[in-house]
Amino acid sequence: MSSHSSSEEHHITSYKTYILIWILLMILTAITVYVSYVDVGIFNIVIAMSVASVKAAVVALFFMHLKFEDSITWGFALFPLALLALLIGMTILDTFTRLFPI
Amino acid sequence: MANNTIAEHVYVPFLEEKKGLLSWLVTTDHKKIGILYLISISIFFTLGGIIALLMRFELLTPVADFVDPHTYNVLFTLHGSMMVFFFIVPGLAASFGNFLIPLMIGAPDVAFPKLNIGSWWIYLIGTVIVLIALLQPADTGWTFYTPYSATTDADVVLITFGVFVLGFSSILTGLNFIVTIHKMRAPGMTWHRLPLFIWASYATAILQLLATPVVGITLLLLIAERTLGVGFFDPDKGGDPVLFQNFFWFYSHPAVYIMIIPAMGVISEIIPVFARKPIFGYKAIAYSSLGIAFISFLVWAHHMFTAGISEVAATIFSFLTFLVAIPTAIKVFNWTATLYKGSIQLHSAMLYALGFLFLFAIGGLTGIFLGALASDIHLHDTYFVVAHMHYVMVGGTVMGFLGALHFWYPKWFGKMFNETVAKIAWFLIFIGFNVTFFPQFFLGVQGMPRRYATYPEEFESLMALSTYGSWILAVGLLLMTINLISGLFSKEKAPQNPYGSLSLEWQVPSPPPHENFEEIPHVTDWTYGYGKKS
Amino acid sequence: MEQASMDHTHGHEMDPREAYGISKFGMWLFLGTEVMLFGGLFAAYAIFRAKYPEMFLEEHKLLNREMGAVNTCVLIFSSMTMAVGVTAIQRGKRKLTSLMLLITILCGLAFAVVKYFEYSAKFSHHIYPDTSIFFSLYFMLTGLHMLHVFIGIAILSTVLVLTMKGKFNQKYSTPVELGGLYWHLVDLIWIYLFPLLYLIG
Repeated sequence: MSSHSSSEEHHITSYKTYILIWILLMILTAITVYVSYVDVGIFNIVIAMSVASVKAAVVALFFMHLKFEDSITWGFALFPLALLALLIGMTILDTFTRLFPI
Repeated sequence: MANNTIAEHVYVPFLEEKKGLLSWLVTTDHKKIGILYLISISIFFTLGGIIALLMRFELLTPVADFVDPHTYNVLFTLHGSMMVFFFIVPGLAASFGNFLIPLMIGAPDVAFPKLNIGSWWIYLIGTVIVLIALLQPADTGWTFYTPYSATTDADVVLITFGVFVLGFSSILTGLNFIVTIHKMRAPGMTWHRLPLFIWASYATAILQLLATPVVGITLLLLIAERTLGVGFFDPDKGGDPVLFQNFFWFYSHPAVYIMIIPAMGVISEIIPVFARKPIFGYKAIAYSSLGIAFISFLVWAHHMFTAGISEVAATIFSFLTFLVAIPTAIKVFNWTATLYKGSIQLHSAMLYALGFLFLFAIGGLTGIFLGALASDIHLHDTYFVVAHMHYVMVGGTVMGFLGALHFWYPKWFGKMFNETVAKIAWFLIFIGFNVTFFPQFFLGVQGMPRRYATYPEEFESLMALSTYGSWILAVGLLLMTINLISGLFSKEKAPQNPYGSLSLEWQVPSPPPHENFEEIPHVTDWTYGYGKKS
Repeated sequence: MEQASMDHTHGHEMDPREAYGISKFGMWLFLGTEVMLFGGLFAAYAIFRAKYPEMFLEEHKLLNREMGAVNTCVLIFSSMTMAVGVTAIQRGKRKLTSLMLLITILCGLAFAVVKYFEYSAKFSHHIYPDTSIFFSLYFMLTGLHMLHVFIGIAILSTVLVLTMKGKFNQKYSTPVELGGLYWHLVDLIWIYLFPLLYLIG
């Protein structure tokens, strides 16, 4: 039947999982704040964004339950990110190649 | 057959369920909400059209003798804003999408009926805000480019706020339709059995959902520029006026596909019925809707080739723009192939569909001229662009809209209109439209710029011709309107399925009852089995 | 042959699980639009950072990193309490849910208070949205985010009141979950804002 979702099994995440995820998030926050006091050049941005992305992924997957959602929801959760990458990527390309013509 | 003990439903057409203006304003019936949108957008289309007639009247002569140039700027701002934001973006999706989607998929209503009527109210409030602000007056053009929009006296804050509100209506409608199509299809209605109008509506809804917020933030930034002195678009503060254009067109290019894709869906519905043939290349057309929607996100800077973007960016965007021709051409070829060896019936709805094929082909092809970087340098901001956009938006979307109006009229209103008058009106519209806009291609190539009240004398004869065309077009539209409205008052009731159509909306009475289906249907086949023996 | 046979009997009553799935899907779609909305601002950030790296380097030092870190911890904590609240109502534990919702809301208010102190400090040093591109971005990004924090507080307060009135239980807790999803998005956006504005040197 097309109108019924295939996975209506109601997964309930345990309190323990949430606490563990919270601890992970606090650790990651501590790491990123600590690194910001150290000058590692270009890696400051790389580490900051990587840590942020891990935190975001963890919030989305566990707190927001995305891990247990169907593929259609995944599609609509990820597609905006692809669009943003496009918007940011192309406008930066324009800006950069204006300043430094190829 | 086992007799069920459920009481016999007495058929009450949805139009007669609950009477009174107040019940209409708070209805959650998608068929009534579609009518609310239909009436609103038609009123704004008429107003926008009258403004266009005034503009063309001024352009009869090379001098600004009817209105002064500043007033002319106000007129084209009004015309563009009303047509784009009030009529064509909500357009087919909000009116016919609302009416047809639940019926075509076999559902009793959309996923969120209260959100649906909320969307209409948001739309109405948005239009009122924008209209009040535009009449202050505003002369920025509907595109509100910085730096002028950041510095001019016009009440840009109010206009942009109103457009922001309108954007919400579009987003929420898109959201509603996506959820409806994903989750509320009748049993057996697999994706590959869906009518092509649904595929088109789905692709459109994705654009509405995800592209619109970007213009939302753009407008917020413009408001911040005017109120807080933020300088993202101001070169004096380190900003970039072209950034406004980048953000603006990131939405507005997908927006033009919001305008055209539903019309393409309508054509896919009309042609098989009146050619008595299955649609050629169903999957190709279905996926091409998605393809067009996806590619539409990749091409926005082709509106900015002369704005000061880098050559690298311009070249890339020009190449990407050509890509969109592929799924578009697939559709046009498939529609044509559907006609081939069909038993063509020239009903008025079919005339609009055929008109669409011809006019949209011209519009689409001239888009290629503009997408090519080298030619666009000369054609940008000339009448060539004006002609191109009207060929796709009027020759395309409006033809599709009017075709939909004539095709589903019996289903939606339960009445029939005068078919002969409809054909005459179509003829006047078709001729009038071409006389108005075809000369504009030549004007553009010869260098006539857009948005000017005065022009060199050598353009006068083509300009005058264009104006005469606008009068023929206006008469045709008027005749068509009178015909359709008087049909509502005729005594004759429409049959359930006057054209022998196979999709679900034609299997319920005309007009449908409030709940659409007495029992949710079980779907067993695709919707285009015309000409086959049952 | 018509597309469908009409002789199957199906009720119009929507299965509550179906309705729950539909509402949740709708909320994820809405969150997608919020991502696109903020995305425009993030794009502006990226562009101006690429153009003026020194400005960002210099001026971000004027932000109070410690207060930003405190706010980050507050929001992450509130995200955790919100998630706990959702599991609680899914297990029918109304009182625990109400407590968790209350803590989440208080965290949101705490966030606002910290932000108030931050903004006041900036204004007292004559740093405003129009002071520079960096601060335009700072105020727009955190301002728009703050607006969403307030909307989130409003939504969760409504949900809290309804929870205390006993409207939700194991079988029906959709508004709690939807409110939770919204709140988590607010947290998600801050997870990116914090390093981009406060940390990257």
